[in-house]
Amino acid sequence: MTVTASASETRPPLQRWHLVWILALAAVLVVFLLQDSVPWAVNYPADAVVPVADWVSALMRWIKSNLSWLTRSITAVLGVPLDFALNLLAKNFKIGHGVDIVVLPRLSWVGVCAVAFLAGHAVGGRKLSLLVGGCFLYIALFGQWTSAMLTLALISIAVPFCIVTGLLAGIWAWRKPWAERLIVSPALDLMQTIPTFAYLIPMLLLFGNSPVSAMIATAIFATPPMVRATMLGLTRVPVEIGEFSDMAGCTARQKLWRVLLPSARPTLMVGVNQVIMLALNMVIIASMIGAGGLGYDVLLALRALKVGEAMEAGLAIVALAIALDRLSQAIAHKQAKGHVHQESSPALWRRYPNLTLAIAILAVTTLLGLFVPAFAAVPKAITFTTAPLWKAAVNWVTINFFDIIEAFRVALILNVLNPVRAFCEGFPWLGAVFLLGLAGYQLSGMRLAALVAALTAFCAITGLWEKTMATVYLCGISAFIACLIGIPIGLMAARSDRFEKIVTPIIDTLQVLPSFCFIIPVVMLFRVGDVTAMIATIAFAVVPAIRYTNHGIRQVPPALIEAAKVSGCTPRQTFFRVQLPLALPEIMLGVNQTILMALAMIIICAMVGTRDLGQEVFIALSKADSGRGIVAGLAIAFIGIVADRLFNAWTAKARARLG
Amino acid sequence: MTDGTEQGSTQPGTNDRPVKLACRNVWKLFGANAANFIRERDGKASMADVTAAGLVGAVRAVDLEIRQGEIFIIMGLSGSGKSTLVRCMSRLVEPSHGKVEFEGKDLLKISDAALIELRRHRMGMVFQNFALLPHLNVLDNIAFPLSIQGQNRATREARAREVIELVGLRGREHFYPRELSGGQQQRVGIARSLATKPEIWFLDEPFSALDPLIRREMQDELMRLQTMLHKTIVFITHDFDEAIRLADRIAIMKDGEVIQIGTPEELVVNPATDYVAEFTRDVDRAKVISARSLMRACDGAEHGGTVAPEAKIASFSASIVSAGKPFAVVNGTGKPIGEVTPQAVIDLLAGIERAGA
Repeated sequence: MTVTASASETRPPLQRWHLVWILALAAVLVVFLLQDSVPWAVNYPADAVVPVADWVSALMRWIKSNLSWLTRSITAVLGVPLDFALNLLAKNFKIGHGVDIVVLPRLSWVGVCAVAFLAGHAVGGRKLSLLVGGCFLYIALFGQWTSAMLTLALISIAVPFCIVTGLLAGIWAWRKPWAERLIVSPALDLMQTIPTFAYLIPMLLLFGNSPVSAMIATAIFATPPMVRATMLGLTRVPVEIGEFSDMAGCTARQKLWRVLLPSARPTLMVGVNQVIMLALNMVIIASMIGAGGLGYDVLLALRALKVGEAMEAGLAIVALAIALDRLSQAIAHKQAKGHVHQESSPALWRRYPNLTLAIAILAVTTLLGLFVPAFAAVPKAITFTTAPLWKAAVNWVTINFFDIIEAFRVALILNVLNPVRAFCEGFPWLGAVFLLGLAGYQLSGMRLAALVAALTAFCAITGLWEKTMATVYLCGISAFIACLIGIPIGLMAARSDRFEKIVTPIIDTLQVLPSFCFIIPVVMLFRVGDVTAMIATIAFAVVPAIRYTNHGIRQVPPALIEAAKVSGCTPRQTFFRVQLPLALPEIMLGVNQTILMALAMIIICAMVGTRDLGQEVFIALSKADSGRGIVAGLAIAFIGIVADRLFNAWTAKARARLG
Repeated sequence: MTDGTEQGSTQPGTNDRPVKLACRNVWKLFGANAANFIRERDGKASMADVTAAGLVGAVRAVDLEIRQGEIFIIMGLSGSGKSTLVRCMSRLVEPSHGKVEFEGKDLLKISDAALIELRRHRMGMVFQNFALLPHLNVLDNIAFPLSIQGQNRATREARAREVIELVGLRGREHFYPRELSGGQQQRVGIARSLATKPEIWFLDEPFSALDPLIRREMQDELMRLQTMLHKTIVFITHDFDEAIRLADRIAIMKDGEVIQIGTPEELVVNPATDYVAEFTRDVDRAKVISARSLMRACDGAEHGGTVAPEAKIASFSASIVSAGKPFAVVNGTGKPIGEVTPQAVIDLLAGIERAGA
C-alpha cells in the first residue's frame, strides 16, 4: 500500500473526529452554562450517593469480628521471624523476665558496617564498597543507627516474603494465560495505583497498630514488581532454551526450576531490586501504623515542626536507600553479565570467602560488644548531629528571603492554582464521564470507553466528585510542570553525552528516594499547603519524563538519522522531522509514568494539608474509618487507571502507525 | 580416491539399512481449527484449500524415510517449513495430521512419560543459537541432560569429560558460555547433545550463526565425529553448499512441501523442478557428479586408467585430461562396465551440457 493511499483513507475519519469533538465540547459547555436548570449534571446530587463506604465498613467490621482468630494467628506466626530480625538488628534479645533476664546483644554496629563494606567490595569493587560502607557509617555516626536498623529489619523480613509470593504468582500467571488476563494483570494494575496510604487502613483495622501490620502492608505493596519481573523473565527466555530442555527430557518441573528460572535470573534480579526499593518506601510510610524506625522519626519531627530532626532522619533514609539500591543493582548487573569461571574448591569457606569472612566479623564484633560497650552501641562521643545547623539555615533563609518566597507562593496560588482549581471543581461530572468515554472510544473502542466511563462515574456516585477533581487539578498541574521541566532536560541529555553523564546519577538518586523525603525540604521553605505539595510532586515525578525522553530519542535507529543526513537535513530538521516523531510514543510513555507518580505523591502530600482525596484517606486513617479510606483509595486508583489506559491506547496507536 | 570408495560403500548400502525415522503424510497447519480441517479432508488438501481456510501451511504432506546411519539433510530457504518439520519429528511441535514413526512406532501416540524417556536416551538435538544455559559452566552444561536423568555427579561428570575430550574443549571445563567464542559454544552444544549417546541426532542449522571460516571447520569436525560415531543425523540448513558437502541424501523443501529427495548427485543431474535446478546451478559439478553418471558404453578404444563408478569427476579430472585417453569404469570385481572420455570431463568442467546426461 502506498503512502498516499493510506493518507487518503485516514483523513476523512480524522476530520469526522474533529467535528465530533467540537460538538461534544459544545454540549458540555451548554450543560455548564445551564447548570441552574440541570444542577444534577454538574454536581452529583447528594441524595443519590451510593453508600459504598458504609458497605465496605460493614464488611470490614464483619471480618474483624468473625475472623479475628485468623488475623491473630497470622500476627502470631509472622511475629516470630519479625521479632527475631528486630532483636537481631536493633533491639537485643531478652530472654526470661524480671531479675532472671538474660540479654543477648544485637549485632554490633561495627560488624554491620564492616559487612556493608565487604558486600560492596564483593559485588562491585572498591567504589561500591566505599559508597555502601560509607552510607552505613554515616547512619551510625549521625545517631540514627537504631531507627535505621528497625527499618532494615522490617525490610529484611518483608522482602523474602515478597520475592517468594511474587515468584509463585508470576509462574502461575505465566502458565495459565487466562489467570494472567483475568486475575493477575488487573490485580497488579490496581495494587500499583492504589495509594500507599490506602493499604494502611485495612491493615490497621485487622492487625492493629504494630510492626506486623506494617510488614504485611509492605509485603502486599512491594510484591507486584516481582510478579511482573517473573512473567517477563519467563517469556523472555529464548525459545531454543525451552526446546532444549524438552529435548533433554526434562519433566515440566525440571524445565521450570532448572532451566527457565535460572535462565531468567537477570530479569528476576531487576525485580528484586524494585521490590527492595518499594519495600523501603512503604516501610517509611507504614510508620504511621506502628512500623517505627526512620519513618516514625520523620513523622514525629514533622508533626512537631522540628525541621532539623526531620531533615536528619530523612537523610538517613536517603543513605539507606542509596546503599540498598546500589548493592542490589550491582548484584543484578553481575547476574546479567554472567559468571566468570574459577576453579572449584571443595571447602565451603574457600568457595564463599566473602560470606565466611562476613559471618566471622559479625560474630567477633558482637562478642566483643559484650565486653566493650563501644562495639554494642554507637558511643555518644563520636556521633554528631546536624539538626541545629539545618534549623539555622532555615531560619536564615526565612529571615532573609521570606518576602520573595512568600510573594512567589501567593502569586502562584492566586494566578495559577486557584483558577485551575475552580475550573476543575466546577466541571460537570456527567460531562467528564462523557468526554473521557468518547476519548476511550476513539482510541481503542467500546470496551475502553465503557471502562473509562464506569471508573469515572464511580468517583461521582460515591459522592467524592469534588475531591476527585481537586486531586486531578493538583496532579494535573504538577505533572504538566514536571513534563515542562523534564522533557527539555531529556532532550538535552539525548543530544549531549556529557550532559547525560551529569543527569543520570541525579535522576537515579531521585528515583530511589522514598516519597516522604521530598516533602521535608519543601516544607522548610514553603510551609504547608498546595504549593508545597506541588513542588514536592514535581521533584518526585520529573524522573520518568527525563528518562523516557532521553531513551526515546536515543533509540531512534542510527540508520534513519544517517538517511536523513544524506537527504540533506540540517541538524535541526533531523531533530524535528525524524528523531522527535519517532521518539514520540516513548516520550508519551514517560508522560504517563510522570502522571502516575505525581498521583502517588499528591496523595502523600495530604500530610502537608492539601484538600483532596489524599486528605480523605488521611482522615480515614486517623479515625480508622475503613470504608471511607478504601473508597477514597479506589477513587484515586481509578484516576490513575483512566489516565494510564487512555495514554497506553494512544501510544499503542501511535506505535502501530510508525510500524 | 578415498572419499570415492567411502561413498561407494554408503550409496548402495543406505537403501538396505533399516528405516530409523519416517514421516507419513505429516501436516502442520497454523490457525483456528487446523487439525479438524485436515482430518476432515482425510489428509489431502491443496495449497489453495489451505489458504482459503485462512490457515498457514508450515508443513504439508511430507513423506520421507531416514535410514540408520545416514546424514539426511533438509534444505530450504527461510519460511520453507524445515525447522517446523524437524520439530514435528521430535514432537517439539505437535503435527496436525499424519504419522511420525520412530523404528516403526508412531511417536504421536506414545505417552508423555515414554516421550520423555525417548528424548532422554535416544534423541539429541543441537540448536542454531546454541541454547546453552547461561548460569552453568561448560562441564555442568554438558552434564545437564545426564543430571536430570538422576545420574550422580561422579558418573555424569566422567561422561561429560569424555565428550569434552571428543569435541576438543579440554581445559575449558570451568568456563561459562559467554566466555567462549561462537564456534566453541557450538562445540559445547554438540558435546551436550552427544553426552546421552543418542541414536538419532537432530541438528537445526547448527552452523548458520557462525562465521564462514569457522563454519567450514565445524563441518569438517562433524564429518570427523560421524566417521567415529555413525549416528543417524537429521541436519537442517539453508545453505546448499553445506548440504552438498555433508549429505548422504537431501530433501529440498519449499512452502512446506518436500519437492525432491535424493543424493546430491541426483539433485544436480536430475533436478525435479526449476526451483531445484536454480539451487544446483552454481554447484561445482565435478565434485558432485560421479563417473557412473558420465560413463558411456565402451567402444573399444584404449583406456588410460580405471576408476570406480562412484568416484567423483574432480578426483580424476586432472589425470584423465593429461592422459588424453578414456578411463574404464570398473565395478568391485574389476570388470569394466563403461568408460569416461576426456572430452566428457572437459565439457563438464567447462559447463557445457551434454545431450542426454
